[in-house]
Amino acid sequence: MLSKGLKRKREEEEEKEEGLSVDSWWLDQSHPAVSQTPPAAASSSLFDLSVLKLHHSLRQSEPDLRHLVLVVNTLRRIQASMEPATALPPVPTPPTAPSVADSLLASSDAGLSASMASLLEDLNHIEDLNQVPEPQADEGPPGRSVGGVPANLGALDLLGPATGCLLDDGLEGLFEDIDTSMYDSELWVPASEGLKPGPENGLAKEQTPELDEAELDYLMDVLVGTQALERPPGPGR
Amino acid sequence: MAADIISTVEFNHTGELLATGDKGGRVVIFQREQESKNQVHRRGEYNVYSTFQSHEPEFDYLKSLEIEEKINKIRWLPQQNAAYFLLSTNDKTVKLWKVSERDKRPEGYNLKDEEGRLRDPATITTLRVPVLRPMDLMVEATPRRVFANAHTYHINSISVNSDYETYMSADDLRINLWNFEITNQSFNIVDIKPANMEELTEVITAAEFHPHHCNTFVYSSSKGTIRLCDMRASALCDRHTKFFEEPEDPSNRSFFSEIISSISDVKFSHSGRYIMTRDYLTVKVWDLNMENRPIETYQVHDYLRSKLCSLYENDCIFDKFECVWNGSDSVIMTGSYNNFFRMFDRNTKRDVTLEASRENSKPRAILKPRKVCVGGKRRKDEISVDSLDFSKKILHTAWHPSENIIAVAATNNLYIFQDKVN
Repeated sequence: MLSKGLKRKREEEEEKEEGLSVDSWWLDQSHPAVSQTPPAAASSSLFDLSVLKLHHSLRQSEPDLRHLVLVVNTLRRIQASMEPATALPPVPTPPTAPSVADSLLASSDAGLSASMASLLEDLNHIEDLNQVPEPQADEGPPGRSVGGVPANLGALDLLGPATGCLLDDGLEGLFEDIDTSMYDSELWVPASEGLKPGPENGLAKEQTPELDEAELDYLMDVLVGTQALERPPGPGR
Repeated sequence: MAADIISTVEFNHTGELLATGDKGGRVVIFQREQESKNQVHRRGEYNVYSTFQSHEPEFDYLKSLEIEEKINKIRWLPQQNAAYFLLSTNDKTVKLWKVSERDKRPEGYNLKDEEGRLRDPATITTLRVPVLRPMDLMVEATPRRVFANAHTYHINSISVNSDYETYMSADDLRINLWNFEITNQSFNIVDIKPANMEELTEVITAAEFHPHHCNTFVYSSSKGTIRLCDMRASALCDRHTKFFEEPEDPSNRSFFSEIISSISDVKFSHSGRYIMTRDYLTVKVWDLNMENRPIETYQVHDYLRSKLCSLYENDCIFDKFECVWNGSDSVIMTGSYNNFFRMFDRNTKRDVTLEASRENSKPRAILKPRKVCVGGKRRKDEISVDSLDFSKKILHTAWHPSENIIAVAATNNLYIFQDKVN
């Protein structure tokens, strides 16, 4: 049966997501009432579904590229059709989480595009590990040699499977295993004053409140070792 | 068993052999019985000829992931001697297999006895010449070449060139050209990988060589386009010779337009004059001389058009159906859901829906046409759209090169249908 098992319970839908005034029958487009569905609500639900699919696809150790590309393109299409003023539905996060994730997720569509772009960028690591020499098309048989030393293996270990998924439980997942003394390092110069809780900052949070994307990039570079901290090498390094 | 799910079906060039590959990495080859006057009833039945393990699961230690052993495609080489050769591929590695018969064995060795144990030289008093004696037929498959480490992404197609010296393998972003004799290098002939993966919007979905022109091939994309390339133009065929795309129908536009336009299979006609493409809802025939639209479009299961949202949710919309020509290019065939498959006669414009299932067909019974009811009152033999079983999908079919014999893979069962004997 096509419709069996696909419909979410109406009560769950209404509890979870404000702003969605439709129940699950939007899934069945042959339903006569679908034509009465406000387009924005249907788009929003499809958007959520697509984000879930993207999530799931990127969680695979080796994503199906065709599936991934089609979902991303569909997501972009849905996003483009949604009104610019529409806020993204809030992703449920634990209340004690730093606002880093929230600030990213609550940002505009442009922010989401940047997130999706960076997710796809992680796929670049697949090529790096394979160490297949780039073809020299004009110079005779390019050849594909076997083996080679893996590069950036550390990067992938750190980030886990190629996700770095910003849409998941924010960035906390990435930082869990990391020595947070990095935050205290005086050698790490933050790009914005938001990192230093100053007297004008009324937030009671211990962690830095809001990091913008440039700072995140810098932080990631430090973590993956492309930028070395200026501390003397320890024994056995 | 999941490992028995058939993932590819292919007749060889004479139709004498039929190969299947499955999710467990096995290849099973069927051979057609010789017709004999004694057993008219068993005319042309296919029986198991050889079974072997083509691919094993592998572990890629660099990336910490397992490479599936599932056979994505099998392609036969034309027969040039007594042995048969085929290419089989999983996601990463292509292998050339030799399948040969042994019906004699040498007997009468001097230095070893009949069990193969070495004889004490002191007991040997005479010298004899070993002779070949008949034995029960044994079919053995041996891997002759392994073409590995050339694909970063998942291989979706292999195609043997008409020169019979080269073949190509295509993954999501690249196509490589191989010489059968050389396993440690290949030419990269198509590369659509963008400099930054974040710019990726399109992947290669299928590729095939022209049946007669060894310099020409086509590849299809996830955006519903087909590119025809000529290898004589440049070593890296990033610029196509021809570009086939049908403009989008504005009345049918939806969020899913791109997904349903993604081409899952592309096949040259035997004549080489046409190409056939399969997307989610249709099969299209293109004339090589007309790039702006197909010359024929056949609706496979248009009743699914109003269900795309549900099919997106359960991922069925991503299913990849194959399509095949009959030997004379007059009929085309493709699969659908509920173990249905469809045939379209290009000349009469008639089409038929048939079902591959044990309940509905007994051996030598005639297949009954099926019909899907799309609305209103359902007639007795019709099945309604909501009753279709979407887990029963016919993705892989094959047509004998010259006769009306078809092979249809329904999950882990293989059905072979033939024209009724007069």
